[in-house]
Amino acid sequence: MSDRTIGPLERPLRAVRDSGRKLIVPYVTGGLDDNWIDVVHALAEAGANAIEVGIPFSDPVMDGPIIQAASVRALERGTTPQSVISELAGLDVGVPIAVMTYTNLIAHAGYHRMAQSLAAANIAGAILPDLPLDEAAEWMAEASAATIDAVQLVAPTTPDERLVRICEASKGFVYAVGLLGVTGERTEVASSALVIARRCQLVTDLPVLVGVGVSNAEQAVTICEEADGVVVGSALIRRLLDGAGPEGAADFISEIRLALDQRWPAGE
Amino acid sequence: MEPPTESGRFGDFGGRFVPESLVPACLELEQAFNVAWNDPSFRHELDDLLKHYAGRPTPVTECRQLSDQLGIRLLLKREDLNHTGSHKINNVLGQALLAKRMGKRRFIAETGAGQHGVASATAAALLGLECVVYMGEVDVKRQELNVFRMKLLGAEVISVTSGARTLKDAINDALRDWVASVESTYYCIGSVVGPHPYPFMVRQFQRVIGDEARVQCQEYLNGEDPDIVVACVGGGSNAAGTFAGFADARSRLVGVEPSGGAANGKGVAGIVHGMRSNFLQDESGQIEEAHSISAGLDYPGVGPEHAYLAAIGRATYESVNDAEVLLAFQRLCATEGILPALEPAHALAWILRACETGEIPRGSTVMMTLSGRGDKDVAEIMEILN
Repeated sequence: MSDRTIGPLERPLRAVRDSGRKLIVPYVTGGLDDNWIDVVHALAEAGANAIEVGIPFSDPVMDGPIIQAASVRALERGTTPQSVISELAGLDVGVPIAVMTYTNLIAHAGYHRMAQSLAAANIAGAILPDLPLDEAAEWMAEASAATIDAVQLVAPTTPDERLVRICEASKGFVYAVGLLGVTGERTEVASSALVIARRCQLVTDLPVLVGVGVSNAEQAVTICEEADGVVVGSALIRRLLDGAGPEGAADFISEIRLALDQRWPAGE
Repeated sequence: MEPPTESGRFGDFGGRFVPESLVPACLELEQAFNVAWNDPSFRHELDDLLKHYAGRPTPVTECRQLSDQLGIRLLLKREDLNHTGSHKINNVLGQALLAKRMGKRRFIAETGAGQHGVASATAAALLGLECVVYMGEVDVKRQELNVFRMKLLGAEVISVTSGARTLKDAINDALRDWVASVESTYYCIGSVVGPHPYPFMVRQFQRVIGDEARVQCQEYLNGEDPDIVVACVGGGSNAAGTFAGFADARSRLVGVEPSGGAANGKGVAGIVHGMRSNFLQDESGQIEEAHSISAGLDYPGVGPEHAYLAAIGRATYESVNDAEVLLAFQRLCATEGILPALEPAHALAWILRACETGEIPRGSTVMMTLSGRGDKDVAEIMEILN
């Protein structure tokens, strides 16, 4: 690991992972409601290890109906990339913030300018699900220069040789897409989630988080038998769309925190 | 026109900006297409279908009355005479044969006006594939007849209710389907858009338009190429196929976009639907909706090769408004007895205007691709004109 620096998203996630605990990274759509920043605070207090903030885009092809609806709501409220970044600037919730958005919003601002403005807002990482490794070099260089961890994604269809290259390039953590499909709740854990997590663990020392289709505490525990943690998006957003508010969001994440900590307490 | 680079680039445009789940599928498709395209047995099978099933070669018709009125020689490449009524069948037969060759039994497509959906449903019926067509709810309503045709052909039509509920959103939902079904499903994109290899592959399947037209025009013009070659542009497949045949000719190439969806004329570079190209966007980079009288051109982007041809100046892109399109539509009906689709009526609308302003000098020879017939649009036009 001597040839790579450990970035602001990776450092705290790695520390928790190394302590024996599992990682929870909840997703919230930036600008979803007036109180979305309160939701970010509540998630951190409920035991999230990092928070993924979605910058809403008009054409989110990796997202299912729930996050699409959240994106529409946020955009209708006048949310822009700049408004999300401004609201996050100076925020200190004790855990790192990573933004998740689509490449066009980053490219439109310019990779350099966007990386600099994310860094100025103290944002630790960025996840772009439509920017695969082969197209990511320019963005990764700009992100790296700005000390933003550019997280790469692997999918169940990623061949072994490619998986190694993606894991080597990724910063912050490896985002393992748990199933073939878009974001959304599922009634059961896909077997592909365990397989992809195991495949990543064999080739990387980075924390490996499974996202897409992680719907409740029980599923999080099942997945963490192989993964270092989970990203929870649609299941949380559905609750927020239904009016759960910061408290409801915190309750849901606390439940997952508790289940994971019971199974994997610190120091083991 | 040259093939794209290994990373699918036409100049700065193109690429493969898709979720990781789809990258291996795009690579597999690229490989399968390259092998098939260079395999004489595949080409023979495709040519045979184009000839005996689709009705190729389509003729080039000289518009005698309209030419006299305009003081030019106007030639039409008659893609409206293809089976299913438009150029879309050229691409779909190629991709459906490819799907079969790749062992994919499920064939999905997006559609705007419904022409690509009908062509896809047709090819799927012919070749025994299961077909699912994504169509924006707005388009389902304005193209009722094509929806019914697709169902008759055995396709499932899914009405898309996300976003603006038109072509852009149909592509989004088709991509979402493909992300979940990529191992068993072939995604048949209907235009020269999407991640590499689609823009290149669809252009190659459509270049039969331009290759035929080049020879046919020379028969009319004593071995000369036309001065100007014109085609309408939404995503731009009929234009790409047409231009491919004339790229090394001296002909001026003109693409005509609807004024409410002029991605090359009014858009800026962006990355959407798997490609870097020009898109209509707001100041933050959110994609805007395209608006025009023709569902088939209601796309806020354009194929990357068109963005490239515009950037290097090999082709120019003009735009016309709905009123001009309606006049052009009526004029071709009345003078030549040909009922064009609203999409190619855009190309004619520009020709009419350019003849009036003198941009097309008297005595010019002009070849226009009439990409489809207008039967699908009659009900809508009747409503507008009454």
